[in-house]
Amino acid sequence: MRMANVTRLGVKELQTLLRDPIMLALIVYAFTVSIHAAATAMPETLNEAPITVVDEDRSPLSRRLVDAFQPPYFEPPTPTTLARMESRLDEGLTAFALDIPPAFQRDVLAGRQPALQLNVDATRMTQAFSGAGYIEAIVNQEVGGFVERYRAGASPAAPVALELRALYNPQLNQAWFGGVMELTARITMLAIILTGAALIREREHGTLEHLMVMPVTPLEVMLAKILSMGLVVLIAASLSLLLVVQALIGVPIAGSVPLFLAGTVLHLFAATSMGVALGTFARSMPQFALLILLVLLPLLMLSGAMTPRESMPAFIRWLMLAAPDTHFVMLSQAILFRGAGIAVVWPQFLALLVVGVALFAASLAGFRRAVGALAH
Amino acid sequence: MMDRAACLAGVRLAYRRAVALDGVDLEIPAGCLAGVVGPDGVGKSSLLALIAGARAIREGQVEVLGGDMRRAAHRRETRPRIAYMPQGLGRNLYGSLSVAENIDFFARLFGLGAAERERRIDLLTRATGLAEFTERPAAKLSGGMQQKLGLCCALVHNPDLLVLDEPTTGVDPLSRRQFWDLVGHVRAARPGMSVLVATATFEEAERFDWLAMLDAGRLLATGPPDALRERTGADSLEAAFIALLPAARRKAHVPVDRGERAREPQAEAVIEARALTRRFGDFTAVDQASFSIGRGEIFGFVGSNGCGKTTTMKMLTGLLEPSEGEARLFGEQVDPRDLATRRRVGYMAQFFSLYRELSVRRNLALHAGLYGIQGDAARARIAELAERFDLQDHLDDLPKALPLGHRQRLSLAAAVIHRPSVLILDEPTSGVDPVARDAFWQILARLSRDDGVTLFISTHFMNEAARCDRVALMHAGRVLAVDAPAALVKASGAADLEAAFVARLRREQDDAGSTAALDEVSAQGRRDERADSADSAGNAGNAGRAPRVRFDLRRLLAHARRERLELQRDPLRLAMALIGSVILLFVMSYGISLDVDDLTFAVLDRDRTTLSRDYTGDIAGSRYFVERPPITSEDALEARMRAGELGLAIEIPPGFAADIARGRSARVGAWIDGSMPQRAETIRGYVQGMHAHWLARKAREAGHEAALITPYRLETRFRYNPDLESLVAMVPAVIPLLLMLIPAMLTALSVVREKELGSITNFHVTPTTRLEFLVGKQLPYIVLSMGSFLLLVLMALSVFDIALKGSFATLSAGALVYLAAATAVGLVISTFMRSQIAAIFGTAVLSIIPAVSFSGMIEPVSSLEGLGRLIGEVYPTTHFLMIARGAFAKGLGFEALQGAFVPLLIAVPVLLGLAVLLLAKQER
Repeated sequence: MRMANVTRLGVKELQTLLRDPIMLALIVYAFTVSIHAAATAMPETLNEAPITVVDEDRSPLSRRLVDAFQPPYFEPPTPTTLARMESRLDEGLTAFALDIPPAFQRDVLAGRQPALQLNVDATRMTQAFSGAGYIEAIVNQEVGGFVERYRAGASPAAPVALELRALYNPQLNQAWFGGVMELTARITMLAIILTGAALIREREHGTLEHLMVMPVTPLEVMLAKILSMGLVVLIAASLSLLLVVQALIGVPIAGSVPLFLAGTVLHLFAATSMGVALGTFARSMPQFALLILLVLLPLLMLSGAMTPRESMPAFIRWLMLAAPDTHFVMLSQAILFRGAGIAVVWPQFLALLVVGVALFAASLAGFRRAVGALAH
Repeated sequence: MMDRAACLAGVRLAYRRAVALDGVDLEIPAGCLAGVVGPDGVGKSSLLALIAGARAIREGQVEVLGGDMRRAAHRRETRPRIAYMPQGLGRNLYGSLSVAENIDFFARLFGLGAAERERRIDLLTRATGLAEFTERPAAKLSGGMQQKLGLCCALVHNPDLLVLDEPTTGVDPLSRRQFWDLVGHVRAARPGMSVLVATATFEEAERFDWLAMLDAGRLLATGPPDALRERTGADSLEAAFIALLPAARRKAHVPVDRGERAREPQAEAVIEARALTRRFGDFTAVDQASFSIGRGEIFGFVGSNGCGKTTTMKMLTGLLEPSEGEARLFGEQVDPRDLATRRRVGYMAQFFSLYRELSVRRNLALHAGLYGIQGDAARARIAELAERFDLQDHLDDLPKALPLGHRQRLSLAAAVIHRPSVLILDEPTSGVDPVARDAFWQILARLSRDDGVTLFISTHFMNEAARCDRVALMHAGRVLAVDAPAALVKASGAADLEAAFVARLRREQDDAGSTAALDEVSAQGRRDERADSADSAGNAGNAGRAPRVRFDLRRLLAHARRERLELQRDPLRLAMALIGSVILLFVMSYGISLDVDDLTFAVLDRDRTTLSRDYTGDIAGSRYFVERPPITSEDALEARMRAGELGLAIEIPPGFAADIARGRSARVGAWIDGSMPQRAETIRGYVQGMHAHWLARKAREAGHEAALITPYRLETRFRYNPDLESLVAMVPAVIPLLLMLIPAMLTALSVVREKELGSITNFHVTPTTRLEFLVGKQLPYIVLSMGSFLLLVLMALSVFDIALKGSFATLSAGALVYLAAATAVGLVISTFMRSQIAAIFGTAVLSIIPAVSFSGMIEPVSSLEGLGRLIGEVYPTTHFLMIARGAFAKGLGFEALQGAFVPLLIAVPVLLGLAVLLLAKQER
């Protein structure tokens, strides 16, 4: 293998990319606007949840309850009738519907423990659970406060106070998490697509065959693609981390940026190798396009960037250890949020290296086979 | 009948920098065989593309078939009457479709009935000698056969104006004769038809009725060949052309010295084929080919199209493994891994195989570099080759902007850049003009004579074959004869090499069939002509023809059928679309669980009393938490949280139990890993709940029962999914996601791929409207995706055991509209992008992200903020998700869900309209 050939072919890849302004614009979009939009779209825990209240009581207490549902957690409640409540739930217009029964205030004050009915649209999984909790807390506070005015100082102070503190993201700001995770997703996406598609284009245009009559080895061709495309993604990722994630979204980066970028390099090695492997497996661009979806979607959704790994079934958790993304997401969270150093994240670095070498070997074998089977 | 086919006035056309046409005024007579002749790069192709309506007119007037081609209405009317065959091998064909299907597609575009199509396919394939290959995919045809197929496609609808751009490029001599015979017969049968041909070959121009000579974007002269010769007093058209050039340009065209090279004794064999055989399946492409080529020899390779020349050459370069026999270079068996050998060989493929996206200079620099020529040496070499191959003016152009002839020169320059000692050239001069060909042969002669380079060259030009030291004649995979050209002529008793070759091939292949077919062409043509004139005389309209000008369902279906065939030919893609969506449903529905459990926690217990253990015991016993070894110190707490080992750390202060016993308030610290806010939120909820529960239990134990009675009860009902099961929520959410991404990705390449591979020209020059083209492409994918939809629903009902509580009909109707929108999203991306890579990445970025993040799959759209919210509101997935969840979980029917149909029904025409706007009907 000669590095000079790798460099030359790598420069060629970069020149090709520069010739495609729409592609460049897409890369810029993917690493700026798209990350920002996706990160900031995610609500801060419960945000403006639609709630419908049926006030059959029309008492000071029930009005106090209705007024208690305020932004940012809830949209101002829509008053409605019991009959309309069902259809609002059905049509997905509201996620929660609270029914305050007639004579609620009277019964509360009389100690009859009247029942409030809360309907939750449970198909909205994330909101259903936390939203119900918030509503319960709000109702509790309002009714409790109302009752207290009547029989002051009745309940003893709780003997134990719970002091809850969220580390690394005290306000549990979703955008911090979203910004970093969207960035990792873009890195994987671009790395795999760029290398795989660049390889298929060479095959479709007959240039790969042409390279194989020149003194160039498959290893050189492959390394050139991996290095050049990896470089492009690395640059895009670094700029996006500093300008979009840190400056624009305002994520306080706790750990070392160079360490994160070192991890990114390892991840890119694995992801671009995977791109080559997919590019040798697919025989045409349309096949590659579908293959990409079949691979990318599970990678992005099961890497732990979307939902916590803990909640995945064991076999998927185990299977996803073979995916570079999983380790990359872990090390990104550790370094960027928790400020972890190499002493903490070395297992992820090692795992990425192992997965990367395995993917590289597999893609080189596939690439050699593809070159051998070029002519027909 | 009008007297002129086309009339141009003041036509100018400039590309980025280069001027292709520089004020052309021209009248092309109708009803004759008219030619545009001139060397490479003088603007012939641009002229033809303007006349055929393939390219938009920038400046000047172009009148074709009696109307202004600037007017869209006229273009629409004339397109059914024009047939255009673009330059380049098989550029407008569909590789995975068979010969018959390719012709059939064009016939359908022009509205021919089934019986008529079958008859014409049969006739045309027999007339061109393609009858044996009707089932072979176009991609597997040799270059020459592709040209013939291109002609069949152009002729299938009896055009009034046939525009052929260098149609005989790469066609063997016998086929060339058959080709012109066919054109002649078609013309004889339809005297009204005008034929306009571009050619760089002056011999070919001799057969034309009328000529326009073009040079450097300007017209030199027009008239019948005889008149042109007479006017200049030249004995050949080539001489006439040179005489007509302006004085300044004439110098460049001094007739070249066709120096014959001195023969050298053949020393050792440098290239050797020993009983070389190659089979593809049960087809034997090369059958026991044997020959040997000595050092410094120019060895010609001639033969009919598709006879195995390219395959033989590929085996000798090591690109292809022989099935049997031996390929030897420099006295050794060819080893594909031997880089030292590759350094000594130059190879030029038949199809252009340099980088289209790199400039001429960069292509050459890359080649120089890869062969180890660097720095000044490389620059000098590139300059030298640019001069020798007349590429100086094009060094910064992209190859696709070059005329075919210049592209070939570039390939050749790249093949010789490293001064190889063996050159294997596969039809290097196809499409190159005669002057350049002569110059090129001089270079070859010098290479061979001066540098002892061994040349193995295939060609369809017999005057080139005559310049070789020896020639091998190949047919149907076998080498028929190897000898010096003169000896071959002598042995055959023919007048020249071409005649000898044609005679030999005629003997080998029975062309009685094609002769009979040609006669039929004439007879049928006359019948068609009579029918046409009867038509125009006012008889009842001929229902089989007369496609409508604006929107024609048959054309739409022709495109749909072709797209479907291409999809069928690609079973892997079909399988990925269908089975892939099922696999994804599995992985994602099981994988994306919103139940947060198995959370890790550990305790820093500084109290170590029964009470403190009782407090943490509640958490340890819960199904949500998994306890890790206790934390020993503050530092350990921080380190283990940092490592991500713990989601929750509980710190019990010293004196916890004692404080409570004394009635003093105690404080418990809970540290949550906030790096994943969603998870942290859930942990917070759990911990608060457990804390409250513990307090209540303690209070009960202490007898404070009464104080803890709440003034009311909250009855929470989780509707539609009472157990808060992830699957029930996820499956109906994943189905819309998959039905957006896969269909969008399927159509995302459909248009841009045609742009990249060249077949988009067919859309430019046929009567197809933009809507027909797009919807035609869309239909097969909607049908396929409806299949996926049914499969996914079936999976949901059976494997996941999720009940479909609502209306299946509503769900299906929603899916149909939704899929129309999803495929239209792909089409918009496809019409906008310029490369397939950009289309794939664009689809991934522009469709995965909104579908996953903004459509309410995890967070409801109403809770989103900013740009994401806006996208989510209009994105089709949002609305189909509503339908899917409504139908699956909520048991709703059309009544309740109709609100979600409205945005989808709006999205389809809006997206399609956008795609139509983005798609140019003419090349710009």
